[in-house]
Amino acid sequence: MLVRWKLWLPAAILLMVLVGIAVACGGDDEEASPTPTGPTGSPSPLSGKLEIFSWWTTGGEAAGLQKLYQLYPQQCPGDVQIVNSTVAGGGGDVARQVLSSRMQGGDPPGSFQIHMGHELLDSWVASGDMESLKFLFDQQNWANVFPQGVLDIVSKDGQPYSVPVNIHRANVLWYNKKTFTDAGLQPPKTFADFFTVADALKAKGITPLALGDKEAFASVQLLEVTLLGTLGPDAYKGLWTGKTAWGSSQVTDALNTFKRMLSYTNSDHASLTWDQANDMVIKGQAGMTIMGDWVDADNKAKGFTNSGWVPSPSTSGTYDALSDTFGLPKDAPNRDAVICWLKVVGSKAGQEAFNPLKGSICARTDCNKSLFDPYLQSAMDDWSKDSIVPSLAHGAAASPAWAADISDAVTAFVASQDVGALQGRLSTACKDSGVCS
Amino acid sequence: MTIRWSRVAIYGALLFFAVLYLMPVYVLVITGLKSFTEVSLDQMWDLPSGLHFASFRDAFDRLNGNMLNSFKMVIPATIISCLLGSINGYILTKWRFPGSDILFFLLLFGMFIPYQSVLIPLVKTLQQLHLYGSLWGLVLTHTIYGIPITTLIFRNYYAGVPTEVVEAAKIDGASIFGIYTRILFPLSLPGFVVVAIWQFTSIWNDFLFAATLTSNPDVQPVTVALNNLAGSFIVEWNVQMAGALIAALPTLIVYILLGRFFMRGLMAGALSSS
Amino acid sequence: MSKGEAAGPRVRGGLPRLDWKRARRFVTSERAIGMGLIVPSLVAVLVFVYGFIGWSALVSVSNWHNVNPDYTFVGLDNFRDLFKNFRFQIDIRNTVAFTVLFVGACLVLGLVLASLLDRYIRGEGIFRSIYLFPMAISFIVTGVAWRWLLAPRAGVNLLASKVGLSGIHYTWYTDSTVVYVHQGSRLADALDAIGLGFLADPNFGVPLAMISVVIAATWQMSGFVMVLYLAGLRAIPKELKEAARVDGASELQVLRHISLPLLRPVTLSAMIILGHQSLKIFDLIVSMTGRGTGFATDVPALFMFESTFRANNFSRGAAVSIVMLVSVSVLVIPYLFWSLRRESRL
Repeated sequence: MLVRWKLWLPAAILLMVLVGIAVACGGDDEEASPTPTGPTGSPSPLSGKLEIFSWWTTGGEAAGLQKLYQLYPQQCPGDVQIVNSTVAGGGGDVARQVLSSRMQGGDPPGSFQIHMGHELLDSWVASGDMESLKFLFDQQNWANVFPQGVLDIVSKDGQPYSVPVNIHRANVLWYNKKTFTDAGLQPPKTFADFFTVADALKAKGITPLALGDKEAFASVQLLEVTLLGTLGPDAYKGLWTGKTAWGSSQVTDALNTFKRMLSYTNSDHASLTWDQANDMVIKGQAGMTIMGDWVDADNKAKGFTNSGWVPSPSTSGTYDALSDTFGLPKDAPNRDAVICWLKVVGSKAGQEAFNPLKGSICARTDCNKSLFDPYLQSAMDDWSKDSIVPSLAHGAAASPAWAADISDAVTAFVASQDVGALQGRLSTACKDSGVCS
Repeated sequence: MTIRWSRVAIYGALLFFAVLYLMPVYVLVITGLKSFTEVSLDQMWDLPSGLHFASFRDAFDRLNGNMLNSFKMVIPATIISCLLGSINGYILTKWRFPGSDILFFLLLFGMFIPYQSVLIPLVKTLQQLHLYGSLWGLVLTHTIYGIPITTLIFRNYYAGVPTEVVEAAKIDGASIFGIYTRILFPLSLPGFVVVAIWQFTSIWNDFLFAATLTSNPDVQPVTVALNNLAGSFIVEWNVQMAGALIAALPTLIVYILLGRFFMRGLMAGALSSS
Repeated sequence: MSKGEAAGPRVRGGLPRLDWKRARRFVTSERAIGMGLIVPSLVAVLVFVYGFIGWSALVSVSNWHNVNPDYTFVGLDNFRDLFKNFRFQIDIRNTVAFTVLFVGACLVLGLVLASLLDRYIRGEGIFRSIYLFPMAISFIVTGVAWRWLLAPRAGVNLLASKVGLSGIHYTWYTDSTVVYVHQGSRLADALDAIGLGFLADPNFGVPLAMISVVIAATWQMSGFVMVLYLAGLRAIPKELKEAARVDGASELQVLRHISLPLLRPVTLSAMIILGHQSLKIFDLIVSMTGRGTGFATDVPALFMFESTFRANNFSRGAAVSIVMLVSVSVLVIPYLFWSLRRESRL
């Protein structure tokens, strides 16, 4: 008995150690092997690992990303092994958390997906963690391919910091064609039209505007397009540069319109995500929804062919743009491989491969229209002639802290309906951000 | 046979609660068995039109590598934190020294911290240890943050072992290790069961550390992979719910098979005293 | 043998002379080995818990409001701003409401189920497994399932209408109503009279949307409490209960006067475990309701997450963590001291 127990414990420890070794040998080594750093765009073959970090985990987004990975070896000869690091959730919230922890911890990925505009410029660019991409833009002659509006948004002090792979539009009103035909309605062009149509739908027992704001961005986006429609593109842009006063009566009008629009939404909006709100439109329970053009991909996935679209009320001629972009972190491992990745992302072939699958349009103006579905083709037409404004809800217009303050103010407003308080909080948010004085 | 109405009432109540507790599982299962176009809020309770095992198959294909990763992470972490907790509990109850109570308190407090607040220094530290991004980093993290609760459970458990037994063994000349291996360890099985079940479940179900400390999809545990099944914009609910059931299977099996031992462990004093 | 005992004559006005023999005897003694075995755990916890919390505390008194670390000392400014922040005030209210309701519901339901099962039930194992299995599921999956179950246009509302109770149409977690004592009501006047008039404010109310989250969380954890109580009930000697019954006590009286007092340690353990979980609750909120209409289901952990990782306001996030930590400590430390002291007295 004594002998047995004496052997038991050491035997257990030995077993544990063996198991541990077995497990460790099966584990992965995450260190990127050192790569020779040559001059930019050198023809020497690339090797090593390239870690691309994004939140594109399923569906068309993941498929588009895989297409880019397939294109990579063609444009970047060598045997680079691409590591597809992805974290889903919250429209990028979880990914942002992981990215932030990694960047603060000194472990940047090769390149990461980030929205164009202040989301990047006021964070990793302001902290000096990103390299300027002017050399790349000049070398690839991208100034002649991307619209000036986009170049402005991705640049700080004249230096571009990220390459936009796609463009989405936030100011789109989607409606069910059959519902409208049955009710004898035309899709609304202005706010006045909108409310007329909304009243008519309400009279028929159909929810006029489907809203799904379990994720707070949906209400912020609704506010954004209302501001855009009321103020027009120039005054809207002025909100983000300090030129337009948040306390002005125009903004008050916009907020009152926003309040009125909310009164035509479904009462359970806090329990629905945007795609569940779209379900209401598809099923005829709601007439319209105002949401970005990822609704098109959702409709296709659900086999819905009766979808109609117009620019959101009073925003015709304006393109409220958001974009997913990739940049170059300063301490990125395997820098040459990353630079080549950026070339692929900004190339015609790359964007033509990615965007039809993702359900967005190219940021470039020279993509082949025939590759895209009808909605995207009409979006491409608009993109080439509309005035471009940055989206608030998707990181283009305001710094993350400012956008967070606005989001909090909107959440409180949806419950309180207090326009004065909302306007006060929005003004304070602008001051806190340092843009307004 | 006389029917005692009080017994009927009791069984009735138990059944009523059982139905309530099983409702969510019903929803998960039938949604997992539906095709994507059938999945919607207003058809939630309807049985699927057919048994579309495709989503289960799809979810399994996408998750099984990550399930393996989870096992690779959970098993070492559980074993090590259980052993550490047992040794700590042993020392703190049978080999007390001045300050051992304060030490216990210091160890225990670690259980109460909000884990989001330590993410950034944790990443930095694991970076310096060259463990960032690997399963071993997760094993280390879970082991360390598991020490408080395992120590608590074992300490309470061993406090129920009479000191006379230990004193008698000391007089007989047994060493500190001898007493552990010959007296306490054999008695510890119920305690180990409670701790192992608790640790297995909480480490298996952890998302925060798994998402932050691993980035390569080949290395990620199943909680992150399951979250990624959902996608960031368009959610395939049928695949997600099928995936959720599959990912929960190991812990479910642990609870169903070992639930009885869990009970016995608790009754033997793992959490009752103090 | 006490470690701290000075040995040998002390040098006047200087350090005590070390008794090498005694020191050597001690170091190789069993007691020292015992202490040595704890050292790895202690070191690990010192770094990974106290070290990191210390960093968090440092950040909470710094001026770090953007991506670049800035450790300039600003005293308690962050905390002052935090308590003035309207969202944080709502969070505090929500946490208090959630904790009270969640812990209460789990304790009650756990006790009810345990007493039902403690009666020679056939199939006890099956019932116990059914009530216990939700614990095996992660909070994220629970959140997703209950989000569907309590969605107003689906879930239990839909089920109720299918079985004919079409009148029920509760808004569950989309309800932004907060139940509080209104100014001008009689209760408010009464509170005023005893100097507690400030309590008549929405910041001291109960957000009805939280009830849905409480339901989901209780579903998850009440089985665990049930098992604790079942173990506790079974540990009560039968003779005590029999004696009471012989003396004419009803079942309820037996429960109240005999079982419950003896179950007090179990109740306290359960309260601690549930309490600290509820103060940190995050996964469930994110997957089930998000912040809710008007922040009805917002909690400090979510605010901390968004402050740190979305708004890049690291100091504010750290301040929220410190407040969360302090609130848990306030709950837990007195209990720990009390129980440790009680043990040493026994």
